[in-house]
Amino acid sequence: MLTPESIEEVQEAVRSQERIRIAGGGTKSALSRDASLSTAKLSGILEYEPSEYTFTALAGTPLAVIRDELAKNGQFLTFDPPFVEAGATIGGTVAAGLSGPGRFRFGGVRDFFLGVKMVTGDGQAIFGGGKVVKNAAGFDIPKLNVGGLGQWGVIVELTFKVFPAPGEFATILVETSGASDARELTTKLAMAPVELFCLDSNSQSVQVRVGGLAEAIDARCRRVQSLVGDRAVSILRGDDDNRHWSDAREFRWVPEGHSLVKLPISPGEMSNVAETLSAPEATVPHRYSVGGNVVWIAWPDSLGQTEFDRVFASRGQNRLALTGDWEQPSQIDPRGAVFADRLQTVFDPGRKFAG
Amino acid sequence: MSTDAFYTELRRIYSEDRLLTKNAQLVPYESDGLTSFRAKPSGVVLPQTQDEVIRTVKLCHKYEVPFTARGSGTSLSGGSVPVENGLVIALNRLNRILSYEPGQRIAVVEPGVINLKVSQRAAPDGLYYAPDPSSGPVCTIGGNVAFNSGGAHCLKYGMTSNHVLGMKVVLPDGELCTFGGSSLESTGPDLTGMFIGSEGLFGIALEITLRMLPKPERYYTLQAAYDSLEKAGNAVALVVASGMLPGAMEIMDRLSMDAANAQLGDCYPKDAKAVLIVELEGTNEEVEAEKPKLHAVIEESGAHLIDAAKNDAERSRIWTGRKSAFSAVGRLSPDFIVQDGVVPRTKLGEALAEIDRLADKFGMRVANVFHAGDGNLHPLVMFDGREEGALHKAEELAGEIIRLCIRLGGSITGEHGVGLEKRAYFGEMYGEADTDFMQRLRAAVDPLAIANRGKKLPSAEAPALTSRGAHPLEQRGIVSRM
Repeated sequence: MLTPESIEEVQEAVRSQERIRIAGGGTKSALSRDASLSTAKLSGILEYEPSEYTFTALAGTPLAVIRDELAKNGQFLTFDPPFVEAGATIGGTVAAGLSGPGRFRFGGVRDFFLGVKMVTGDGQAIFGGGKVVKNAAGFDIPKLNVGGLGQWGVIVELTFKVFPAPGEFATILVETSGASDARELTTKLAMAPVELFCLDSNSQSVQVRVGGLAEAIDARCRRVQSLVGDRAVSILRGDDDNRHWSDAREFRWVPEGHSLVKLPISPGEMSNVAETLSAPEATVPHRYSVGGNVVWIAWPDSLGQTEFDRVFASRGQNRLALTGDWEQPSQIDPRGAVFADRLQTVFDPGRKFAG
Repeated sequence: MSTDAFYTELRRIYSEDRLLTKNAQLVPYESDGLTSFRAKPSGVVLPQTQDEVIRTVKLCHKYEVPFTARGSGTSLSGGSVPVENGLVIALNRLNRILSYEPGQRIAVVEPGVINLKVSQRAAPDGLYYAPDPSSGPVCTIGGNVAFNSGGAHCLKYGMTSNHVLGMKVVLPDGELCTFGGSSLESTGPDLTGMFIGSEGLFGIALEITLRMLPKPERYYTLQAAYDSLEKAGNAVALVVASGMLPGAMEIMDRLSMDAANAQLGDCYPKDAKAVLIVELEGTNEEVEAEKPKLHAVIEESGAHLIDAAKNDAERSRIWTGRKSAFSAVGRLSPDFIVQDGVVPRTKLGEALAEIDRLADKFGMRVANVFHAGDGNLHPLVMFDGREEGALHKAEELAGEIIRLCIRLGGSITGEHGVGLEKRAYFGEMYGEADTDFMQRLRAAVDPLAIANRGKKLPSAEAPALTSRGAHPLEQRGIVSRM
């Protein structure tokens, strides 16, 4: 495993190798299992100016380090990245294109990633985007890297936009009478002007997180309650609230012997997915998140990739396996391939990062 | 290849009334919101279907004819100025909202749909489309996508790119691609994000899936007057330090207020050197709790007059003043250039002082209206195009301001795009290697360089600068520049 400590060493590594697969913290085992280059020694926050709402960090910087540094100044990563406690890095989070349940409020990792310094396939170091919160010059190379799984090169430095953190959070757990009831309530809450941070659900409950000034938080909870009718409600505050979302973000609900798969959906697809998931023989734990825009599936390893792709064949290719042993962890919509392939000839002419 | 053969084939697609080639018909398409650049196309087509656009692009590719896709032509960077003798593909008739699904908070639109119409369509469901460029009542979503347009609410909500979930596009050789979808989440590289803001160089968006948001139920807008620009700037820093996240923070300087007063009657205090607009928005509960905090911060910042909107009409009055500032500058000066540089917010004071100094040095007036929350400046360099050399002097001063933004660690453009206007400074922001890399990306997507040739990236070709006053629409106050 190569462990470069500087951008020059990354360039050297890329020039000297025929094939490069990159790993960050290794928290998404399906994506880093055959890695040849680690960003472990490219770690640290390089610039952080709280009053600018921006920071720049090396790719291998653990999210936990960033979270703690931001918290000292009352700021936070708005896209609520997953696997923080597990040791995920900022670079790996971008490459996998992952945001957590809290992205419902302000946006996902793509929406806060401003600038990137990276090494492309011919060993060139390039910079794309900017270091200020607003910039319309140049092609949006930062966004291209989101979800790219390292196919464009080695991300070395990243600049992000951050926001002031809410003074307090609270969670409203709403019991639902079944999956369709949960879907109905999710849609109602997503359309209401109540500025939710999280809106997750499964067949038994809808889980709602609000945040803001401490003096308004009780009123915010009552407001949500007023929208859920006569469904039973419990409120989580303080540590209970934190633990609930930490469990969601870290995927602690995924049982042993199951692989975690991300399936982006539109809210209207929730019922189809629910039907599909009730089809396999074994129980398939899952969780809808971001107002029904993604379903996280704990897929039984006993069923394997072939069965997953068979079951979801009608949805087309659009899934990302994060853990487990998958022949092809990533299946993406081929209808953008013509554009992507043309860009690839510039980023990675020798196809060192592909496949 | 012959132009005649190209037009013969075009005539098989378009009837005479949708293929314009007569001189008088072409004049309106010669320039856009940045009137100092003009170029004459050989023709303009007015497609009504996506298929017509695709067939047109394929013909342009076959005959190597450069094309410029155009919406309402409100670009402030010369982004929709045609290529000399090229073809203009005017997309205004592709103006259908193809689907609107409130339950899923999305709308799928064609590129010619007017920005404001999207929010109007969604209003009955309490939803809206967040990006709000000042030209919103006129500009099209296709143009917004090409230039990643912003507006006054970018600090909290981001730019166009943050509100587009997916697209169907035609590449410069007629190939079709689909990016993203109707979900907020996706897998695979963010090709949607890469395409947006490419200023037409990567092709034309045919269908755009927009994300709709619940409209904030409550706005609280206040306007504070200061006896110095510096104090207004410091107030922004205080608001930021307080942990509040307003939807918008805007500053106008004395000259901009004079202009707005001349156009709208006396809506701004005569003794103030700067006004700051701060807008809170959100739930009733949250805004109620934030109000006293905001007032405390603004009082501490030394404002001598605080004017809070008590209702929608008063809020609308505050924003009308702000959004009309640019067209109003026309009352003070026959011509002006709008700049769009960004500086780190902490360097706003330094930037404004330096702009003042530069204005003195050049002996010209520069008004300032800007998105203070995200450091996006809009200096308006005033000049009289009838004076010999005045335009070039103004361009030179504007250039100095752009360089200042680069020097302070910012950007040459926050929301108007590079277009024709700022190509000369592109290399200074990105350096030779990065600029060359982007040139290669463009060449990989469009080897013939026919899609909006001469925009965004540095190039030798440039139409001549002219100076003929404001765009007719602007003179009538229908559009404004921000």
